Order: sequence, then C-alpha cells, then structure tokens
Amino acid sequence: MSGRTTGSGSTGWLARLLNLVPYLQARPGIRIAEAAADLGVSEQQLRDDLELLWVCGLPGYGPGDLIDMAFDGDRVTITYDAGMDRPLRLTPDEAVALVVALRLLAATPGVADREPIERACAKIEQAAGGAAPVAVRLAGDPGRLDEVRQAVAQHRALELTYYSATRDRTSVRVVDPMRVMMVGGHGYLEAWCRSAQQVRRFRADRIDAMRVLAQAAAAPPHARPTPIEGGVFQPGAELPLVTLRVGRRARWIAEYYPCEQVQESADGWLVSLRVTDLAWARRLVLGLGPEVTVVAPEALAADVHAHAAAALQAYASPDGLAVSPERVAASPEAAPTTPG
Amino acid sequence: MRGVSRARTERLVNLVICLLATRRFLTAAQIAATVPGYGHNPDDPREHEAFQRKFERDKAELRALGVPLETGTDSVFDTEPGYRIARREYALPDIPMEPDEAAVVGIAARLWQHAGLAAAASSGLTKLRAAGVDLDPHATLAVEPVVTVDAAFGPLVAAARARQEVSFDYRVPERDEATRRRLHPWGVVCWRGRWYVVGHDLDRDAARCFRLSRIVGAVSTRGPEGAFTPPADVDLISHVARWWGPDEPHGRATVLVRPGRADGLRRRAERLESGAHGDVAVLPYHCPDSLASWLVSFGTDVRVLEPPEVRDAVISRLKEITTLEGP
Repeated sequence: MSGRTTGSGSTGWLARLLNLVPYLQARPGIRIAEAAADLGVSEQQLRDDLELLWVCGLPGYGPGDLIDMAFDGDRVTITYDAGMDRPLRLTPDEAVALVVALRLLAATPGVADREPIERACAKIEQAAGGAAPVAVRLAGDPGRLDEVRQAVAQHRALELTYYSATRDRTSVRVVDPMRVMMVGGHGYLEAWCRSAQQVRRFRADRIDAMRVLAQAAAAPPHARPTPIEGGVFQPGAELPLVTLRVGRRARWIAEYYPCEQVQESADGWLVSLRVTDLAWARRLVLGLGPEVTVVAPEALAADVHAHAAAALQAYASPDGLAVSPERVAASPEAAPTTPG
Repeated sequence: MRGVSRARTERLVNLVICLLATRRFLTAAQIAATVPGYGHNPDDPREHEAFQRKFERDKAELRALGVPLETGTDSVFDTEPGYRIARREYALPDIPMEPDEAAVVGIAARLWQHAGLAAAASSGLTKLRAAGVDLDPHATLAVEPVVTVDAAFGPLVAAARARQEVSFDYRVPERDEATRRRLHPWGVVCWRGRWYVVGHDLDRDAARCFRLSRIVGAVSTRGPEGAFTPPADVDLISHVARWWGPDEPHGRATVLVRPGRADGLRRRAERLESGAHGDVAVLPYHCPDSLASWLVSFGTDVRVLEPPEVRDAVISRLKEITTLEGP
C-alpha cells in the first residue's frame, strides 16, 4: 500500500482540512475537544486548522464568500461551507483496507453476529464503486472457537483438557480466560494458567475438552495480554539453540518455524532455531527423518540416534515396544515448557 | 518551513473550492488571476515559469490525494485546456449506517498491524466520520483476528482491480533460485491466515496460485489496464483449497503405543484399546509416507503393527536416521 494517505506532511494536512468542514457541518455545536479527539489531533492543532479554513473560500474572497463558523465557548458550528459540504471519496487503498478488514471479521469463527458486518461491508463497497478482489477464509473448525468464546463471555474460570504439542502431553488445568483471538489462521484463548502461574495461549483446536466452573474468572491484576506482533511463539535467548543441516524437501521448516539463522549452501541449508526443550527437537528431527541431520548440540544428535536405534531394534523382536533410551539412561525429564 | 507549508495548504484549499464551484473549465491563467497565492506577472518569463512549476506540483498533490481533477475545454474554439472538479466524482456518496454497522467498521479499521493498511483504514474512517457516520472508538468484538499482510499485497490487489498483468520473482523453498512468473491476477485470497494470489499463469497457460510470502522483491506491472477478464463467477478460495489437496483417509494403520505416552497420537486415534504389550491405536491415514514420518517422531513409544506399507516405511526411515546420526 502506498503511504500517501497517512496523516503526516502537507498532503495529510490538506486531506484533514478537506474533511473538516463536512465533519463539523454534520455535528453543529460540537465541542472542539471532542472533535479533536475524534479526528486524532490535538485541540491546538484543530484550532489552527479552523483559523486556516476561516480565510479560505470562494473566488471573490469577500465576507460572504469565505468559510464561516460561529464559536460558542468551546463549541463550534459551521455557518457557511463555501461548497465543501461532502468529504472526498474513499481512495482505492482506503476502500480495500476497510473492506478486507470487514471480510476478515466476518470470516472469523466465533463472531456471533455476522450480519451487521456484511451490511457495513456492502455499503462501503457500494460507496467505493465496486468489490475488492480479495477473498477470505480463516479456519477450518469454527465450532471449538465458538464454544471457547461463549465460555469466555460468561466470565468464569475454565477447566481445560489441553494437548501441548511442545511436550506431547495432554493435561487438565484450570485457567482464568482473558481474551480470544485469531492469529495466523488459528484461534487462541489467552488466559492466566493457574498451574503455570503465567499468562499462556491455548490453541482452540488443541483444547480437547472444556468445563465452565462455578467460580468467576480471576486473573491476577498483573496478568497482561502478551503482544502478538512478532508471532505467537517468540523464542527467548535463554532457550537452547539447535542447528540442523536441512535437505531440499525439509527446507519448509525455515518458513514454518521462527528461525534464528538460515544459511543457504549447496550441501544443505544450515538452519538454527531456538526450542523450548530438546525432547521437542528430538521429535522434530525424527519426524523429518533423512532430510535433516543435527549439527548442534551434540547431545541432541546422540539422543536422536539412540531413540532411532532402539525403535529399530523393536522391529527385530517378535512383539512389544522397545525400551526407551531415557529409561535406560534414567535421564531427568525435560524442564517444564510453554504449551502451544 | 511551517509558514511556507501553511501558505501552500491554504492555496490548495482555495484551489479545490474554486474548481469545485466552477462549471466551466478554468485555464491556468484564469486560475492564477483568481486563486490567492498564484499571483505573478505573466510577462516576466522567470515569474511565469515559477508559477507553472508551482501549479504542476499542486495538481500532482491533488491527484495523489484522489481529487478527480478534470482537464478539458468548454468549446472547440478554446485553444488552451482548462481544469475543474466534477462534484459528483469528488464527493463521497451518502453512507447511511446503523449504529451496529458503524461499530464493526470502527473495529475493522483497528485490525491492521501493517502500517500502510492501518493508515489507509484510519484515513478512510475519517472520511466516513466526515460523512456523518458516528463511530464508537471503544467497541470490541468477542474475537478479533490479528492479521498481517505481505509486502506484495497492495500491488497485487491494485493490479487485480485494474486487471493488469504482473510479474514477480517467486521462490519455493525446495528450489535454489527464484523464477520469474507472469500472471493475470484474478484476486488475492487469505486462506487460514496466509495470503495467496490466484490468476492465470501466462507461461504455464493455466490457473495457478502463489503464496505472497514467497514473492521475492517487488511486483511489477506490465501493459495496459483492463488487459484480461477473470473467468465468470471464479471462486478464488476453491483454487487455493484445491492446491492444498484432499485429505480424505485412504487407509487405517494399527500401532502399539506405550501407556501414558504419545498423547498427540492418541488424540488422532479412531480407536484406542489396551493390550498385552501396550495400548493399541487405530489411525486413519491419507499418505503412508507422511504417516510414517509422523510415527517415527514418537521414537520408541510407538511400534507399527500393520499395514506393511506403513511398517516398512517406518523401518526404512529409522535405518536412514541411524546411519545419518551415527555416533
């Protein structure tokens, strides 16, 4: 999108002035402070704008030709508009930004009332002179997110049976819901997790069961929604760094997971990423199979090999599972991790 | 600087008012004689040239804002073209909005994380306010999507709207080099949080879709607007959905699972029973190889019992891994 519709610079100023007369005309006697807040400028800026408009008008530029306004204390009324009675048309960029955002809202699972969104969208499209060539489909399973939203609307604590993909464990926990959102095609519940004593995000499609409790939702006052700008998973520098040599067919992982570094070379890309725990990394590497090899840490390479070798051995025996290398080494279970 | 910019803004407001009010086309000379701020001596070549430069800049600024500046003459005897603004083209039509509609528009305008789209949405909103729509700045929905867009979004939507050919460098992770693609863009699709452009690929001579995040560098347009017509009632979403392929299950695999482990596998099981050597799970699958790679990720907690196509795929992957990751 071009940035020329922004409110900065002389173009932005002109755009604001062209809007101001019709805006005020639609609201006779509006308080200047209210108008300034509505238009996103300071009160002083708005007064400057009015002063400028006051010397503009129709050719002739006599008293009856100039834009005129009446001040009554901190209120203002346009008494003569010099023909500036309508705002300028929406630019194509403005129409696309509004219409696509409305379509995204309409396509969001769990939005209870789509009807006003669709009506508003149709009206803006009509005013903009046509539909934007943009179609939206957000998620495959609206059902679960809708349930979550309804539960959150009751402002009660929830008991979740949640599958954590990071730990490959399903567990039951009590949470205090904070908000529901849709990020990258997945629905999430953001809540205070009472067992972790932290704000956590729970992917709606990994909530296997849910029970609304009688007690009210009571996230502690210091619990704040976490910003999402950088993605749902924002790995910190304290997490272990894993470096993999990645073959052609597994290069997609560099697109799918947030990576610290991707070094492209002929004999395989070197991909470095931070992981919440090495057991998850082991599952990732085993799943990618011959397409990746572990460069670092060495302990991960050894772990992958031990698990693969033990799993392979099981197929040589008549029945039953292999003995897990963890049990053999009696290594401690990985540190607690972030679910989701 | 502030003074210069103020004088210029004042001049531009007067120019807009003047050109909106006139029915006749006004020549540059007539405008110079009328609108304050353009006064000069037309007989002095330097002054005249300065005026012309100033007027060109002003026209460009108005067009950049979307002001529909018309050029023409009132009669065949006029030798010099003049200017005016058609009120009907200039003015935002009346948009009568119910309070519930205005509320969702206000929410929608706050959705964009992308700076350019956020600015466009907010200036659009200001125009709606100027048209008399009252927006509640505090309205919220129970669920709000967080949406990001790729850099190619704006240019591709503009090209689809103008029906203009585009070309861009496109790189899929499996390939080493980006390839140049030429496309008649039909439209842009948001599918499960990712953006795609759908259109007619001019080199493959077939419908194709491209993920916006894989476009490298700038999108360029070529040739005239209105160069093509998208197929009647084209369903953009189905093109992207088809590209993702079907995932109906083709078969069932039976696996042995260590009790208390591999929860991710358990929740996808159609049936789960406990047996002599562990729990037995039945899993529907579409492709034996992708099922095998997923099963291998559970390591020693899973053993495939049947069918042989899955069991053999798992064994061969495990063999390859032990060779590669050898101590």
